[in-house]
Amino acid sequence: MNSAVKVHDIKKNFKKSGKTIKALKGVSFEIERGEVYGLLGPNGSGKSTLIRLMSTLLYPDYGKIEIFDHDVLKEENAVKRMINRVSVEASFFMKLSAIENLRYACGIYGFPFGRSKERILSILEQVGIPKSRFNDPLENFSRGMQQKVAISRAFLTSPILMLLDEPTTGLDPKAKREVQSMVKNVVQKHDATILLTTHDMEEAEKMCDRISIIHHGKIVAEGIPEKLKEQYSAQTLEDVFLKVIGVKLEEADEDE
Amino acid sequence: MNKSNTLKEFYAGLAVMIRNFDLVKRYWKWEVVFFAYTIANTVTMGFVGKSMGGGNRTILYMIIGATMWSYLSVLFEVLAETVAWERWEGTIEYTFMSPMKRITHLLGTCSFAIAYGMLRTFLLFIIVAPLFGINLAGMNVSATLAVLAVASISFTGFGMMGAVLPLISPEKGVQVVHIFQAFILMISGVYYSVSVMPKWMEMLSYFSPATYALEAMRKTVLNGEGIWTIMDKLVPMALMGAILLPLGLFVFKWGERFSKRRGFLKRNG
Repeated sequence: MNSAVKVHDIKKNFKKSGKTIKALKGVSFEIERGEVYGLLGPNGSGKSTLIRLMSTLLYPDYGKIEIFDHDVLKEENAVKRMINRVSVEASFFMKLSAIENLRYACGIYGFPFGRSKERILSILEQVGIPKSRFNDPLENFSRGMQQKVAISRAFLTSPILMLLDEPTTGLDPKAKREVQSMVKNVVQKHDATILLTTHDMEEAEKMCDRISIIHHGKIVAEGIPEKLKEQYSAQTLEDVFLKVIGVKLEEADEDE
Repeated sequence: MNKSNTLKEFYAGLAVMIRNFDLVKRYWKWEVVFFAYTIANTVTMGFVGKSMGGGNRTILYMIIGATMWSYLSVLFEVLAETVAWERWEGTIEYTFMSPMKRITHLLGTCSFAIAYGMLRTFLLFIIVAPLFGINLAGMNVSATLAVLAVASISFTGFGMMGAVLPLISPEKGVQVVHIFQAFILMISGVYYSVSVMPKWMEMLSYFSPATYALEAMRKTVLNGEGIWTIMDKLVPMALMGAILLPLGLFVFKWGERFSKRRGFLKRNG
């Protein structure tokens, strides 16, 4: 089998203030090994819920997810060793330095301190963090720099599946380009499979081999970006989105 | 578990412990604030003892209560707030999606809490003792250390049980932890003998490991009693530890599964 990820008929509801919110309504897709797969959708469409289900942080109400043929529910620990994640918030101990945060991240994956120190220094240099800032608290870093450290943290554990949950949201254009090119470089070096969720159609087109569009907890379109544009007679993915959903991405965000 | 996995778990536990010390170092100003508060509280209790008239023995009775409670509170709070703290920092999802076993995570936190609590209590005693000219010549050191060790195990189990509250109730869990802690303070005879309480409260006090820890500590420090004469305190405390530790882990794992079904493992703050 060449599938890195198999998501089969996943359903997930949440209860909030007595109401039931149907976050995912039977989502299915597969990601091939080595593929960069994009999941596009407005806020609240179910992208982050899917990432959390794959990260073993949520249990589905129905359906099954397999990662490299390991069931996420039944073989949680095996799955945890294969994955890592970059989320929209950098999610660090902000008072700690990049080195202290990464040392903790390596440690909880079972890497000894001596060996991890070299890896940490080398990856921080690779992502362009100046040596003079290695010991500064992360709260003094810009959002772009924090996100670079977050990407370093994720790749430090050599995952074979990387879950990138809107890694460039909120970054300025320069930082966004830097993070995108960094992800591309690291992907090539580490030979990882990537699931990228994003709002940004341009980013999806530039980075993804295949994409799917998720809306109101359902996959509504899936394919290679070029083929999707052909199929919907659209110039851009933005137009594909408009034709599939009926509204622009920003308007869909407001609806959620 | 094979040797390589055992080593991985060891490094993971060590990482949790070192991270907590790193945080103490980086939040040093808050540490100074909390420590100053603990010193003031302990000194106040010492003066309350002095005003009661009973000399060195009464002062020491109160100071043992204050220092022991400060130690047990650190153990309980560090463990019980481990989830709340990570939720606030925003790292909770990263810690929970790592392959580190939950027992390693909790034991790493416990090891930090014990080391940090001991260090803090030792410093506290060094600062407070000269103020009252406390004489510890009659203290039985080995029996006192035994009380601390057994009390640490029991309280660790208590802390694990408390840690589940912020896990299953992100908004109200921490508040409930503090109510629980205040209740333990009230019933455990920290500053008075449990015999002065109404009978029903005295009965409740025997379900708190702190009651045994304080009674045993007073016997070893004030009377210089040895391990054999405080067995009636050590055995129930050890039994509570033997029950509470696995029960705490079991309850925590149940809480983790519950929060994964409900989607509570998210950051806030």
